[in-house]
Formats: sequence, C-alpha cells, structure tokens
Amino acid sequence: MKISKNTTFYTVLFALALLAPWLGLYPIFLMTILCYAIFACAFNLMLGYSGMLSFGHAAYFGMSSYITSWLVTSNAWSTPGALLAGTFVSTILGLVIGLIAIRRSGIYFAMITLALSQLVYFVCLQAPFTGGENGIQGVPRGDLFGIVSLSDDLTMYYFVLFVFVAIYLFIQRIVHSPFGQVLKAIRENEPRASSLGYFADHQKLLVFVLSSTLAGMAGSLKAIVLGFATLSDVLQPTSGEVILMTMLGGAGTFFGPVLGSAIVVALQNLLSDRVGSWVTVIIGAIFVICVMAFRRGIVGEWLAFQEKNKSS
Amino acid sequence: MTEIFGIPIQVILGQLLLGLVNGSFYAMLSLGLAVIFGLLGVVNFAHGAFYMLGAYATWVLLDIFGLGYWWALILSPIAIGLIGLVLERLFLRHLYKVDPLYGLLLTFGLALIAEGVLREAFGASGQTYPVPEVLQGALDVGFMNLPIYRVWVIVASLAICFLTWYLIERTRLGSTLRAATENPRLVQAFGINVPIMVMFTYAGGVALAALAGVLSAPVIQVSPLMGSSLVIVVFAVVVIGGMGSIMGSILSGVGLGVIEGFTKVLYPEASNIVVFVIMALVLCWRPAGLFGKE
Repeated sequence: MKISKNTTFYTVLFALALLAPWLGLYPIFLMTILCYAIFACAFNLMLGYSGMLSFGHAAYFGMSSYITSWLVTSNAWSTPGALLAGTFVSTILGLVIGLIAIRRSGIYFAMITLALSQLVYFVCLQAPFTGGENGIQGVPRGDLFGIVSLSDDLTMYYFVLFVFVAIYLFIQRIVHSPFGQVLKAIRENEPRASSLGYFADHQKLLVFVLSSTLAGMAGSLKAIVLGFATLSDVLQPTSGEVILMTMLGGAGTFFGPVLGSAIVVALQNLLSDRVGSWVTVIIGAIFVICVMAFRRGIVGEWLAFQEKNKSS
Repeated sequence: MTEIFGIPIQVILGQLLLGLVNGSFYAMLSLGLAVIFGLLGVVNFAHGAFYMLGAYATWVLLDIFGLGYWWALILSPIAIGLIGLVLERLFLRHLYKVDPLYGLLLTFGLALIAEGVLREAFGASGQTYPVPEVLQGALDVGFMNLPIYRVWVIVASLAICFLTWYLIERTRLGSTLRAATENPRLVQAFGINVPIMVMFTYAGGVALAALAGVLSAPVIQVSPLMGSSLVIVVFAVVVIGGMGSIMGSILSGVGLGVIEGFTKVLYPEASNIVVFVIMALVLCWRPAGLFGKE
C-alpha cells in the first residue's frame, strides 16, 4: 500500500498534538490555539470554499461564549448541555443574520455582516445576563456526563483536541461532498450555477448557518476552557482576527486556518506583555503584507509552489 | 411648557439638533465612501481612521504648533489627503485588478496600523478641543437655545456635501469623473490621465473624512478609537442608501442621524442599534438600497 504524503503529514501532526503538553507547551495555550483553529476553520468554510467574506463572525463566537457561560454559572447546566445549547443559539443567530445578509453579495455582504454583528454587540452590552462591561467571570469547567472531570488542564486538552479533530474531519467531509462542489461552483460563477438548476441562495444560506454554528461551538468551548466570556469576544477586532488567521494560513486550504491561528495566538501571547499597542500595528501590518504579497496564504503558496515543481 | 408624548419639546429639539450634527458627519463620510467606491471599486475601511486622523491633526496643530481651528480646517484635510495620496500610490493601485474584497482587507489593516500608532503616541484616553471663540455661546431663538457651534457644523458640512454633489454631477470635471467610472479605458483613450484622476479622487474622499474629523473635534473627545465604531454605522448608512448615488448618500446620512436622535428621546436603549435595524428592514424590502440601482 502506498502511503500518501497527506496521511504521513496528518499522522505526524496528530502524534505531535497528543504529545504537545509533554513537550513543554502549556495546555491552556494549546487549547486557545485549538479553539481559534475551530473558529478559523468554520470561517474558512465560507471565505475559502464559498467566496463569502463575513466581517462579523465574532457575533457567533461571542454570543455562544456568553450563552454557555451564563447557563453554567447562573443556571447550573452541565458542561456538555451548555456547550450544545450555546452552539445552537449561534445556529439560530446565523439563520437570522444569514437570511438578511445573503440578499447581497461581495463587498455589500461584508458590510452587512459587519453591521449586524455590531448590532449583536450592542445587544450583548445591554442585555442583563451578560454582565455588561465585566462579562461573565469564573465559569466552572464541570465534567463530562458525571464521569470525567474537566478541571484538570490535561483532561480538558484532550477533550478539546477530540472536538477539534471531529470538526476538522466534518469540514473535510462537507467540502468533498456534492454540496461542497456546488458551493465552489457558486463561488466561481453564481449565474452559471443558478442556470444549472441550483438554488444559489439556499446553498449560501446553508453554508452560512453551518459556519456560524461551528464558530459558535468554538466560542462555547473557549468559554469553558478559559472560564470567562467578555465583550471583546463579540467585538469587531475578533472578527478581524479570524479573517487574518484564515488569510495568513491560506483561505481555501484545510490546514491553513489552523496554522494561521497558531501563528496569531502565539504572536499575541509573545507580544502582548512586551509591546502594548504595537500588537494592533503588527496585526495591521500582517494584513497589509498578506494582501499585497501573498494572497494565497502560507499553505496556499506552499501548495502552489509544489504544484509548479511537479509540472516543470 | 409644550410637551409631545409627555416629553418637553426642548428635549426633542435638542436631540433633533444632535441628530442633525451626527447626520451631517454620516453624510460627509458616506459621501466620501461613495465617491471612492464609484471610481476605485474599493470600500475604504480606513475611512473612520482618516476621520480620526483629521481630528488628531486638528488637536496636534493647536497643541504643538499653536495653530487654531481655522488653520486646521484647511491644513488637516490637506495633510491627511496627502497621506491618502501616498497610500493609493503604494498599495491600493495594485489591487484594482483583483477581487474588491482585498481592497477592504487592505484598508482594514491600514486602519489598525493608524489606530495602534496613535494610541501609542497619544494614549487611549480622549483629548478635548476648545470650541473656537467666534462660535462659542448659544443663540436664543425663543423656544430653545441653539448652541452656535452645532449649527455651524450642520451648515458647514451640508454646504460641503452639496458642493461635492455639484462638482460631481454638474461640472465638466465631474462628468469626466463619472465617465471614468463607467468606462475607464475609453476615457483614457480620449487623452485623460485616468490613474492620476483616480489618485486624486481617493485623496479627495480621504480629505472629506478628515474635514469631518476637524468639524467633530470640538464636540467629541478626540480618541484613537473614535473612527472604528463610526465607520461601521457609516457602512450601514451606505447599505441603506445604496452606493450608486451621491445625493442618496447625503440624504440617507442626514435622515438616519435624525432618526437616531429621535430614538434617543423615545427609547434610549435602542439608539445604538436603530440604524442597523433599519438596514435589516431595508434589505428585506429593497436589497439594492433606497437610492441604489441594480
């Protein structure tokens, strides 16, 4: 049997992910990366595979993070229940926002999603359950079905890793399905896809809801991992961050968003205590460099480079 | 005292005036966005940042160079417009042939850089700017006191908006500009240097944003983040109005400012979100926007 390069890559990577806590990396740091990686992969489903740039994905991430935190702290829900409920709220939110936003495409779509996410932010700012400027603090991790306690960082890490792998495989499945192919067709040429009998709006709404649901799951998981939900999760810079992670790694590649979120989270961890406001400047500069120099992202450029070598 | 719905009429008129002030800022900013989008096909996310830079330039001119408001009114837009000129040359120029989303992302990055640099240089807290002496005080018009500076802001910005409208819709230069929007290659063939025109159009739109920043400096706190939330509201205004029409963006800007003012009186909790709610409703009813054509 011939083992493909891809299989080798993922096997090595998975082994590394299993061993990472013993290689001197903090589980909290790794879990943060994984949560943002889920978020970026969900976002990539829209930008990379359907060509829809949402500028408001923080709405789902933040809203789910609030709902999960609120259910666990004030209503004593179990952790799995709160995770699912938090995610479900983003499904509904995505459906409502999606129905409005898909009425326009391209640049207008980006502006509409941004404006609607700002609406969600103001709702979170004023709603009684979110704790206003303070957010919700001290969210307990709880346990899984009364069997495994999640308070230990290592146990939590393996749970997050499990969720991440499941979602990663799920997204690959979607992209390779007939539905994923139709999405690509719509991205490349919407009128033509419509003329072939596909309801472009239905497909776009479906991918919008899928993406917001998974983004919500990332937010819920993040709330349980770090134990808090704050306004910054619903705010526009978070939407910008997830775009950056996806673009930097490579939109439309499977592994790109994961690499992108690892780089951005690591960068923020390294820089935030040392350089203060310059973090914003550096993130802005990365945006500019990405757009000007490598629009395909790191993984995208690497794949293109390999392709070129193969053909010559 | 006269009351409407149990609210003193002075309060309503006061909020109406504030709404008109905000509305004229919306109008100036969405106008600039529309002009830039029309010719460059770029949605300028940095528009809020240029507005913020205009206000900071005003404050710096007074604080460091001792040059007052009237100097700032001329110098700030020119200075910020020049920055826009350079940015168009360096970056935006290379993006006209690719997907317009890249222009949005690039200008988003530029806005982040501007915000970060200003926060590092002047701190995150707000600076206050004095109202120029001539425009201090209030006019007593019988039923209420009109703060002169606010009236000045409304009059000045509406004058600038209509001037821009006249320039684009009624002059020779404007007709060339509109022709270049429709078909740049044909206009180029007539011997007009389209790239230069594009460059100055971007600088002009940026200067308009900076001018709004100068006008706003005495009425709000000048802070690095003052533009980032405003630009989102202006995006919503642009979606509501439709980006195709100059007059449309002026009217929807002023109109939405007034509606926001009224909401502050009737139901203050919703005043932050009313523009976004209206945007959602307009999208359901007329996806192309009130004045858009599609």
